[in-house]
Amino acid sequence: MTEKLHEFVEKLREENAAWVGSVLEAFGEVTVIVPRESIVDVCWALKSKHGFDMLADLCGSDRGPEEEPRFEVNYHLFSTTHHGRLRLKVLLSEDEPRVPSVTKLWKTADWHERETYDLLGIIFEGHHDLRRILLPSDFDGHALRKDYPLRGYEPYSMN
Amino acid sequence: MGLENTLFESLPDVVTVKLDAVVNWARKSSIWPATFGLACCAIEMMNTVSARNDLSRFGAETFRASPRQADVMIVSGRVSRKMAPVLRRIYDQMPEPKWVISMGACATSGGVFDNYAIVQGVDKIVPVDIYVPGCPPRPEMLVHAIMMLQEKIMTESVRDRRDTYEKESRVSIVPGTLPVTEGTALERETEIQVAQDQVSRPYSVPSRHEKRRSS
Amino acid sequence: MNTGVQNIPGQFEVMDQSLESEMTLSMGPQHPSTHGVLRLDLRLDGELVVKAIPDIGYLHTGMEKLFEYKKYQQGIVITDRMDYLNPLGNNLAYVMAAEKLLGLEIPERAQVIRVLMCELQRIASHMVWLGTSALDLGAMSVFFFCFRQREKILNLIEAASGGRMTPSYFRIGGLMMDLPAGFDRRCKQFADDFPEAVETFNTLATGNTIWQSRTMGVGIIDKEEAINWGLTGPCLRGSGVELDLRRHNPYCGYETYDFDIPTETDGDVWSRYKVRMRELNESHKIVRQALERLKPGPIKADAPKVVLPDRDDMRKHMDSLIHHFLIVAEGFNVPEGEVYHAIEASKGELGVYMKSNGGPKPERVHFRGPSFVNLSALPVMSEGEMVADVVAIIGSLDIVLGEIDR
Repeated sequence: MTEKLHEFVEKLREENAAWVGSVLEAFGEVTVIVPRESIVDVCWALKSKHGFDMLADLCGSDRGPEEEPRFEVNYHLFSTTHHGRLRLKVLLSEDEPRVPSVTKLWKTADWHERETYDLLGIIFEGHHDLRRILLPSDFDGHALRKDYPLRGYEPYSMN
Repeated sequence: MGLENTLFESLPDVVTVKLDAVVNWARKSSIWPATFGLACCAIEMMNTVSARNDLSRFGAETFRASPRQADVMIVSGRVSRKMAPVLRRIYDQMPEPKWVISMGACATSGGVFDNYAIVQGVDKIVPVDIYVPGCPPRPEMLVHAIMMLQEKIMTESVRDRRDTYEKESRVSIVPGTLPVTEGTALERETEIQVAQDQVSRPYSVPSRHEKRRSS
Repeated sequence: MNTGVQNIPGQFEVMDQSLESEMTLSMGPQHPSTHGVLRLDLRLDGELVVKAIPDIGYLHTGMEKLFEYKKYQQGIVITDRMDYLNPLGNNLAYVMAAEKLLGLEIPERAQVIRVLMCELQRIASHMVWLGTSALDLGAMSVFFFCFRQREKILNLIEAASGGRMTPSYFRIGGLMMDLPAGFDRRCKQFADDFPEAVETFNTLATGNTIWQSRTMGVGIIDKEEAINWGLTGPCLRGSGVELDLRRHNPYCGYETYDFDIPTETDGDVWSRYKVRMRELNESHKIVRQALERLKPGPIKADAPKVVLPDRDDMRKHMDSLIHHFLIVAEGFNVPEGEVYHAIEASKGELGVYMKSNGGPKPERVHFRGPSFVNLSALPVMSEGEMVADVVAIIGSLDIVLGEIDR
């Protein structure tokens, strides 16, 4: 299964060598690290030429305040025709947690990006309606960051 | 022939009883819960109404969608910080007499979710009459809770519930509309107090009903 | 006599231009038809929905944060409360992601029991969907029939795991415990009775003219839009895409079972309804096949550092006692790495993204809830429909707020 995915990655590399940073394979899954600027182009190429027509999931992750780069955004692509899965990963630094939005390609990215913004504070440039989705609009901070305490700050913690 | 015949053969036309006893008996025999499902417990609450457990045996099967027609609020599930003001508003909209059952571990104490998002016990927002343990409680336990509430109602006095027409009821701004965003009169009062006294805003404004209980 | 349109007096002329002002209706979070605490901001033009904006987060539980503070085996308990209509499916997705990281081999019997329990749970979940969505459309009695069937399945789950709604039955490396004696007999009894119940539902709802006119042609989403919005499960199959992860990304040995993937092409509420009704039969087929495959054997993987030992072994062997103590007190270390594992839950693709840093607690667990994604497509389906049809569309999406808000 993974050979087929590597073929897609090779095709991407042929198209533009700057698109593919490094390729990892673990547990039968292929991860491609993509530079921040070219994520929309890579997604567009995978969607239009290689059949990855569904964005199954988009989620962010915080590696911890002392790590550099601190944040990562994972795009789990899925194909409804050949049923392959590919993960794209964008690494972001703490000073500039910004990444271009893919809502133009997949409408489903709308809520995923809002959720990632809400919980991790990653800003998706070009998103038409980037506001909090799960937490109340007056919530202070981003809950899934590692330096945010589990029980929250006042006045939200009422213990 | 029927109950009527046997009753009137054995009883006089006029019976003297305590007013409390009659009123409480009427109240306890038809408790109407508000349709207020939050999480997992709501499914068990629905199960309580369904055929196997049949809550209508105890007169409490009429779930009302409008809090204006409800007597008891069954807080079925975890209450998030975002939901807390809404829950309080629904409680304020219910007419007196009103009771609250806190169903399940999450509503009672936060349960397994001790974190930034969940209110650690719904009794921080509304006064609770019956706590039901379990995650989620079995339907039988909710039936038991309703029966316990009925016992509790029988011990109350009508005088305790006199402050029905007080100012925490909603003030209509435009005729014919229900203000959804405006606060209660008591909330506005508190807001003025907060502005004047420079004190921090309480999470929930106690209603008169609660004030009486604490004093 | 001329009864043409020109004879209508002036004051009865039909106005078909829109009113100048739109009305905003806030539906929920306390509303009987929103299946929980969903809030909808509806902009209405008369009775037509111009714009629908879902507002979620009223049940946000902070589960993803909580996973990072719990050991791997403690996380299973939290997954139960996520999609509370399909807790065994959530258990399975979480447990399989951890097993993928650990590289465990699950014995045959455990796999069969997992399939059996998941399919029973899928039927139970569809029962709640059918009952509540019928209740929303005014068909009250369907609800009672559905919950009667669901109660039977809950009894089976309780017999196996001890819990009705929050079983936590699947553990990393196998099952909590083996099925009790006589389980297969009780399960067979249920499987024998179930087709008759499906017939009842078809009589009550499918053949009902009111039901058909409330659902046909309502809330249409076509194939391309459905893929673009990321719909999965019965909602996607109702739009004509034949996609079932049990077949196309098989897990737990689903590739060896014989079942069909029901699809409909219209993409409306009626199609999604029919897909789920046919799925009931398919799940029933899988339950029967799984029952035949139940052979005695181990139910836990051979990994003493991960899987809790038997009680009996702990009394006899020092090693087992030490392993038990270490697993409970300190947990087990999981190799560094990240996985995304997706299963076909009752509502669609349930994906778990799990990232480990080598310790006993995960660094990040993210759940891709099918309801979350399916609900995000509600505006496309409901805009241009009547306000009463919004209720039908929400019912057809089969959302669970516990999974949406997490």
